[in-house]
Amino acid sequence: MKYSFYNLVRNSFSYHENWEKAWSSPELKPEYDVIIVGGGGHGLGTAYYLAKEFGVKNIAVLEKGWIGGGNTGRNTTIIRSNYLWDESAALYNHAVNLWEGLSSELNFNVMFSQRGLFHLAHSVHDMQEITRRGYSNYLNGIDAEILNQEQVAKKIPHMNMHGRYPVLGALLQRRAGTARHDAVAWGYARAAENLGVDIIQNCEVKGIDISNGKVVGLQTTKGSVKVDKVGLVPAGHSSVLADMAGFTLPINSVPLQALVSEPIKPILDCVIMSNSVHVYVSQSDKGELVVGAGSDAYNSYSQRGSFDMIEHMMAPLVELFPIFSRLKMLRSWGGIVDVTPDRSPIIGKTPVKDLFINCGWGTGGFKATPGSAHVFAETVAKGEPNDIAAPFSLDRHYSGALVDEAAAAAVAH
Amino acid sequence: MFVIKCPYCGERDQTEFSCHGEAHIARPDNPAEVSDEEWGEYLFFRNNPKGIHFERWTHDHGCRRWFNVMRDTVSDKIIRTYRMGDQKPGVQDV
Repeated sequence: MKYSFYNLVRNSFSYHENWEKAWSSPELKPEYDVIIVGGGGHGLGTAYYLAKEFGVKNIAVLEKGWIGGGNTGRNTTIIRSNYLWDESAALYNHAVNLWEGLSSELNFNVMFSQRGLFHLAHSVHDMQEITRRGYSNYLNGIDAEILNQEQVAKKIPHMNMHGRYPVLGALLQRRAGTARHDAVAWGYARAAENLGVDIIQNCEVKGIDISNGKVVGLQTTKGSVKVDKVGLVPAGHSSVLADMAGFTLPINSVPLQALVSEPIKPILDCVIMSNSVHVYVSQSDKGELVVGAGSDAYNSYSQRGSFDMIEHMMAPLVELFPIFSRLKMLRSWGGIVDVTPDRSPIIGKTPVKDLFINCGWGTGGFKATPGSAHVFAETVAKGEPNDIAAPFSLDRHYSGALVDEAAAAAVAH
Repeated sequence: MFVIKCPYCGERDQTEFSCHGEAHIARPDNPAEVSDEEWGEYLFFRNNPKGIHFERWTHDHGCRRWFNVMRDTVSDKIIRTYRMGDQKPGVQDV
């Protein structure tokens, strides 16, 4: 059933009790053409684009928990594309282009809000960094404005410009913003199922069957299944899945935390990000401040970060916004993020034939969801990555052609 | 976690320490002769187990010395800490 004003009125006559389910719970079939492992935004999106744009008919998405219950539902929902290197700019801007039409494409309101993102600079070095990156963005066709102290103070009047680390300027991307993360998973799931994709929840992959160097099947908690091609789209378990297929990855899995405050009246109409004092904050449509910062430095699968990291988030927040100092924080949570040496994702082929991987998004995968899903669908369908995905191959860790966003653009992606 | 036993100073708060990744990785003896694949494996590819992990820590705000930690990455429980150069404990030692 299409979501429309007409159907909203029509269903109001039956007290909204007769809306059909957005997606069903089908049984696992014995055989599929393509199986996507991981039912987050990237995985569901991959299945959707495979069915819609690449004509693949017999697809399943396997999710060990519930869809969107992993990192898709655990992030701070920031979307931007102002990356330094050409390769990253192409990938993340492809995503922003798709975000702009996503709600109408999926017939599901993902609440994409292009409220603008201010990346703060606190030192001469920071000013040089944002200027360099801003010019790089211009050259790649990404909108960027380099603002001085006065311009920032005017845009964000309640921010403390003269703290211990004064705000000297900012890089503004007006097309950046936020979206509702759950809705992205739900929207892709509903749209994918309408195209015939089986979404199997509570189905964990326990083994990968390989014959003569080619993937032939999967062992799951709901039985074994034959398959022609597999796309691994995990968030925090890439190494565990790679281990099942007999190869290792250049990845460490670390905890990343976020918090939300009690809801307050509208006060912050943009996204603020600072790498030097290290915090990022936006206000959700419910009124809560959504706050994030850095990840822990040790490997963990516990979905729980260390307590001192919370203090490291709150200190710069209160420094920048003394007005928030008496707010209560309602919830904090952790997700496990797979970090690569260059902080760029791995998209493409693996040592096993017809087994593809899309992982290593580290602390910033949400913003790339539609772009990542779109380029990965093409990679799986054609067996080769397209021009946007090609620089992000696993092979770059042998050739040395890293896309080094950790040192170049930002720590917080 | 929360409390880590430094092999030199004893039990201290976690915030005094920092973690520096997988332990017991040997640099190839002959870097000029190894293939790109072998060099890439040495530089970037890491065991990232869901379970027992061996890793290097430093006691930054204490003795500033490096040591190794054997830790469970599911529960974050530290099983053993030992000095650099000590033999890697086996899983059967737990």
